[in-house]
Amino acid sequence: MTDVHAPANNRRPAGHSPHTHSRARRILSRLALLAGAFAFLFPFYYMLVGSLQREPDSSPAGAFPRPGNLSLHNYAEINSAISLGRSLINSGIFTGGVIVCTTVFGLLAGYALARLHFRGKGSTFALVLLVQVVPFQLLMIPLYVLIVRDYGLADSYIGIILPFAINTSAVFIFRQFFLQLPQAMFEAARIDGAGELQILFRIAIPLCKPALASVVLLSFTGPWNEFLWPFLVTKEQDMQPLAVSLANYISTVSSAAANPFGAILAGACVLAAPAVALYLVFQSRFTSTDLDSATKG
Amino acid sequence: MSSTHHDVLRPGSARGGARPRTDRGQRPRRSRFAGRQPIGLAFVSPYLLYLAAIFLYPLGFAVWISFHDYFFAAPGAQVDRPFVGFANYTSVLTDPDVWRSFGNIAVFLVINVPLTVAASLVLATALNSKLRARTFFRTAYYVPYITASVAVVGVWLFLFNSNGLVNKALGPLAPDPSWLVNSHLAMPTIALFVAWKQLGFFIVLYLSALQNVPGELYESAALDGAGKARMFWSITVPAVRTATLLVLVLATVTGANLFTEPYLLTSGGGPDGATTSPVLLMYQRGLQQGHPDEAAAIGVILVVLITGISLVYRRWLERD
Repeated sequence: MTDVHAPANNRRPAGHSPHTHSRARRILSRLALLAGAFAFLFPFYYMLVGSLQREPDSSPAGAFPRPGNLSLHNYAEINSAISLGRSLINSGIFTGGVIVCTTVFGLLAGYALARLHFRGKGSTFALVLLVQVVPFQLLMIPLYVLIVRDYGLADSYIGIILPFAINTSAVFIFRQFFLQLPQAMFEAARIDGAGELQILFRIAIPLCKPALASVVLLSFTGPWNEFLWPFLVTKEQDMQPLAVSLANYISTVSSAAANPFGAILAGACVLAAPAVALYLVFQSRFTSTDLDSATKG
Repeated sequence: MSSTHHDVLRPGSARGGARPRTDRGQRPRRSRFAGRQPIGLAFVSPYLLYLAAIFLYPLGFAVWISFHDYFFAAPGAQVDRPFVGFANYTSVLTDPDVWRSFGNIAVFLVINVPLTVAASLVLATALNSKLRARTFFRTAYYVPYITASVAVVGVWLFLFNSNGLVNKALGPLAPDPSWLVNSHLAMPTIALFVAWKQLGFFIVLYLSALQNVPGELYESAALDGAGKARMFWSITVPAVRTATLLVLVLATVTGANLFTEPYLLTSGGGPDGATTSPVLLMYQRGLQQGHPDEAAAIGVILVVLITGISLVYRRWLERD
């Protein structure tokens, strides 16, 4: 049957369902998918083309690049306005700090919650669940008061990193991953007299690469794209991550510029590129099995 | 710890008997109290300390601020911040701007949430079939989700401004005033933007739910002569109900957190406050105008409302 709803691996060759009918439907569903892909990808294409045009052209013809109109002028312009290098370094430190803290402490917590029995495990897990439902908007004011006012951490990397340092979703991913590993492996090591630290360093950590990949992607995109919190904490342009300095350019500087879109789009490309590139690399490296099941049917 | 309790319990109890042999002697006694691997507590303690400092304490502090006359003072200065009961709540709830922001977010949710649920379920269903370019489509749908709002806001500003490509393509049908400066269209445009940006995540969520729908259900329905539309409504939709609840709740929470889009797309909640979201108002009231107590009260009200809406979704989906 050529049922569009059935999971890919349960499908069988076309049977007694009416062929012409289901073919028409299949074409319809393909068209919907293509229209969707166009709607999702076109803005990115337009972002890139617009950033390379000396004079951004908003007419339909402007969607197709003309060699005469292409230049890197917009990138130079946004660089002189917000100092791309400095902003990228700030974004990198913010993101790097979050990745390191999340990986180290998230792995420890996820491993313990999955594989160890200790007092307080149940309540720890309940707390992890509670954190997931506390929305950031409720914490915005108290965190600002504590971090910026009481601890004086405005315009500092620690102040930017702190509320994001350990990502709770990463704790979940690590826990889920370690739960899947066979219990026998851990029991055997314990019977052989291995200590818990030895088991962690010799068995658990070497095995956790697949979970690490999704954790790194998750803890990269979160802080790299974050706007609200670093916007609240940083007033000095020297300390602002790229998302904040570009947003400030959009909301203030651009109104004074004659044709601001070229520079905005150039900044947007620089901000978007690392996250998209990282996702594409991870996507091709870690979902190849997915691809197989889709192509073999 | 007292050991008598364990000694009395152990000999006769069924639990003790079922335990493995290693549970005897000095070690098990400690293990009953601290667990078999007490080192686990050391492993989770950095994370627990972090949660206490960054979530639990600020959570309580937020509620505390909302019941006190709280204002910013010079660091280290001893100031009196008296308890004021519900005064912050009454001043917030009698403020038309606050009501306006909740009304704005209601407009946002009414458009964004159904659109998100319908579009992500339809696209996930279409994706969940044998498809040559399946990975391409899934990647394409996910790209907006992993890109910074600030970056895609730049393109949307370019696409939807008065002389933008969208209006040029629409020609005489283009709205006047244009999308983001039109007080009737600005919030719907933002709702569309957020749906577009988040859809990839919800598609992936629905895809994993669809993988668990047994294929036999469709096969037997096909034998009974059910059409594709019929199968979608009577098999797919009920089978992914749990995922739908999750999508509804997450889309609502995302919508309630709205800040970046009205701040940048409509330059700070314009036109005429038509897109001011509660979180944007919290920023303006609390941090720009120096009334963190009122901002905290808005935050508490918002969270109570979102929790209420989530419970309504749950009752509605678990009705039959």
